[in-house]
Amino acid sequence: MDSALATLRLMAAEPSFALAQALTGLASASSLFLVAAGLSIVFGVTRVVNFAHGSFFMVGAYLAVTAIGWLGGGAAGFWGGVVVAVLGVGLLGVLVEVAILRRLYAAPELFQLLATFGVVLVIQDGALFLWGPEDLLGPRAPGLRGAVEIFGQRIPTYDLFLIAVGPVVLVLLWLAFRRTRWGVLVRAATADREMTAALGVDERRLFTGVFALGALLAGLGGALQVPRETANLHMDLNVIAEAFVVVVVGGMGSVVGAYLAALVIGVVHAFGILLFPKLTLVLVFLIMAVVLVIRPAGLLGERGAASRQGAPEAPLRPASARLRWTAAALFAALLALPAVAGGYVLVLAVDVAILALFAASLHLLLGPGGMISFGHAAYFGIGAYGAGLAWKWLAAPMVLGLAVAPLAAGIAGAAFGWLCARASGVYLAMLTLAYAQIAWSVAAQWLAVTGGDNGVLGLWPAPWAASPAAYYYLSLVLCGGGILALRLLVHAPFGQFLRAGRDAPRRAEALGVAVGAQQWLAFIVAGAFAGLAGGLFAYAKGSVFPTYLAIPRSVDGLVMVLLGGVQSLSGPVVGALAYVGLADELARGVALWRLVLGAAIIVLAVAFRRGLAGAVGDAAARP
Amino acid sequence: MRLTVDAIDAYYGGARALDGVSLAAGVGEVVALLGRNGAGKSTTLKSVMGLVATRAGTIALDGVAIGGLAANARARMGIGYVPEERRIFAGLTVAENLEVGRQPPRPGAPAWTEARILALFPALAPLRHRPGERLSGGEQQMLAIARTLMGNPGLLLLDEPSEGLAPLLVAAMADAVARLKAEGLTVLLSEQNLRFAARVADRGYVLARGRVVRDGTMAELLADRDAIGRHLSIGG
Repeated sequence: MDSALATLRLMAAEPSFALAQALTGLASASSLFLVAAGLSIVFGVTRVVNFAHGSFFMVGAYLAVTAIGWLGGGAAGFWGGVVVAVLGVGLLGVLVEVAILRRLYAAPELFQLLATFGVVLVIQDGALFLWGPEDLLGPRAPGLRGAVEIFGQRIPTYDLFLIAVGPVVLVLLWLAFRRTRWGVLVRAATADREMTAALGVDERRLFTGVFALGALLAGLGGALQVPRETANLHMDLNVIAEAFVVVVVGGMGSVVGAYLAALVIGVVHAFGILLFPKLTLVLVFLIMAVVLVIRPAGLLGERGAASRQGAPEAPLRPASARLRWTAAALFAALLALPAVAGGYVLVLAVDVAILALFAASLHLLLGPGGMISFGHAAYFGIGAYGAGLAWKWLAAPMVLGLAVAPLAAGIAGAAFGWLCARASGVYLAMLTLAYAQIAWSVAAQWLAVTGGDNGVLGLWPAPWAASPAAYYYLSLVLCGGGILALRLLVHAPFGQFLRAGRDAPRRAEALGVAVGAQQWLAFIVAGAFAGLAGGLFAYAKGSVFPTYLAIPRSVDGLVMVLLGGVQSLSGPVVGALAYVGLADELARGVALWRLVLGAAIIVLAVAFRRGLAGAVGDAAARP
Repeated sequence: MRLTVDAIDAYYGGARALDGVSLAAGVGEVVALLGRNGAGKSTTLKSVMGLVATRAGTIALDGVAIGGLAANARARMGIGYVPEERRIFAGLTVAENLEVGRQPPRPGAPAWTEARILALFPALAPLRHRPGERLSGGEQQMLAIARTLMGNPGLLLLDEPSEGLAPLLVAAMADAVARLKAEGLTVLLSEQNLRFAARVADRGYVLARGRVVRDGTMAELLADRDAIGRHLSIGG
């Protein structure tokens, strides 16, 4: 706080200092705009939120460093390298669209998001393989190396160049969409895909073209960033979280909105770094929250542009007698497990139980709630930190820690859910992801309280639960009970209201169901159970790290639910079992495990949309 | 262009919408599909356009089977489709809507230019720069047909062209269809307005519950009081 005040005083005494900072922010805004504009254009036409868009940005940066290296120094080498990088990324975009996305345009949004996240993983390992783990320092732009003095402040020439790039690209895009036949066709397809096709327009080629343009823009953003920062393997997820915020704030599908939002976010970021260096993402989050409360569709977005669509799901049935007996038999077998199995199996079994509860809590939102939560790890991690920090700062015993975990996560669910229940479809997915990123950044950056990347260490179960068998029983009872409770809730009036709100929100409202309130409640409940899972996980591992609330953990949950099948209440349990088995094998046996996992996710999303439980159910139902 | 539809079935989910529908339309002929709501008129047109998948039967254009082609390929072969809801691109101007429909001329089909089309629908000429969302219902209907003509179709599918139009505009629409027929276009249209159909069509098919229950020249159909009472009129 003191440093923030000192900085403010400095800026008041020396306004040019504030100007310099604002210009830095505007320069960053240009890159962000290029990424967000591509994301927004692709969404407008294809209705796909491309998670891998940040990966295109990253590949753009890496390719530029390499290509400039090949072409040698000088202006021709530098700009030639940028062009090569941009075209290369465009080509990569065509490849991704033709091979994967084209098969997913008719699929539910969740599968599209998941498949593109699979692409993120594949590209991450691809980049690691091609360019290695070290950050790559790129050359500076020839002719733009110096600085210009403005009101006594030295502003890098390259920053001024970047500030100009944003409006130039904005105008070029506007011309392309308004003044060319291609642009008219793209706008027509954005409004009504089927009618455009019925007029003889090959929408497949059009979509490929749009996707390539989006990729080109992201690649350009990455390539132009090379003189400002090193190319590294974290660029993809860092930029995608901010690009999501920009697109949501600007309004999905609006390029001008994306530009305005990028300016706001870029400038706030630049000042935030000075004033609250630890909490820049929180500031960004606050802006987004304020905008969405005032304008739920973003600054220039149209309402309903991102509404949920899809066929209503088959009604859920209470468990059959056979399923009940199977579950009872399984539970009895699990009770007997410590008698026959050793320590390692019990540790794995605890993981499976915890992840099954985590997946089941996510399933409440995804399945009955029909709400895409792409940041469910936030609640898991907040539960874990709740337990960990209660121990670290209050010396709380385990029982208290395990009570704090769901409480803290439930409160987080209430806070995030209040804002999220106003959004739907892909907006919701991006919002939940952004919140999770913010929770992650607080955990990672607030060193004094959370210990940052070093985490909270030395958290151990109470003596009575310390043996592997005892902790296994504790996990079994709490996770089994949690899963059962979630199952009962889905069949209770609350669950029925929730499903009614999912399938026919207006009709449900007309019948007196407060759909928004039910969805909010679902966030709280799902958050609390995920938090309980997180708390149990913290004591099982003896430590809490920021990775507990990172994006990959959220995706773990999604993969488990999808692996099991969204339409099935037993799905999360089956999915957790399959996933732990798969991940365990992968982590031990394969060097490029992200690549394999990403490919598996893509195949899952493209080919097996009903999941394992769904496939088994189909097989059982077949005559 | 000559259209032959032979015994097609179509489904929405598990519900059968078309049950062995067969029909034909010759070069320069105007053919009407008649029937009540839900009889299968729109579904037949969408099946021909390729917007609804057929499960059995064949659809042929000038003797060439087109059953396996996507909608955009069928459009480029010469089928033009004007949907019941018009589906004007609301954010695009009149001129831009026409641009979306533009395709190169096709041998054997009348070639249209924007000038010729605006001569057919003079009301659209002063509205070239107006966005689609600011057109009246009648203007939208004209634009929907004009947009399709920009693709130089040989077969025009019109879904309920007179629906929701003021009586004066219905008459103008009938004149427009007659002009298109005179250009040599084949027209297949669905209609609930028997008087409009009688005025523009040469022949008609009566559909009920997804089947063709009666066909003949419009004069024959109009003379069949029994068929009209059972399948077309509301309470005789």
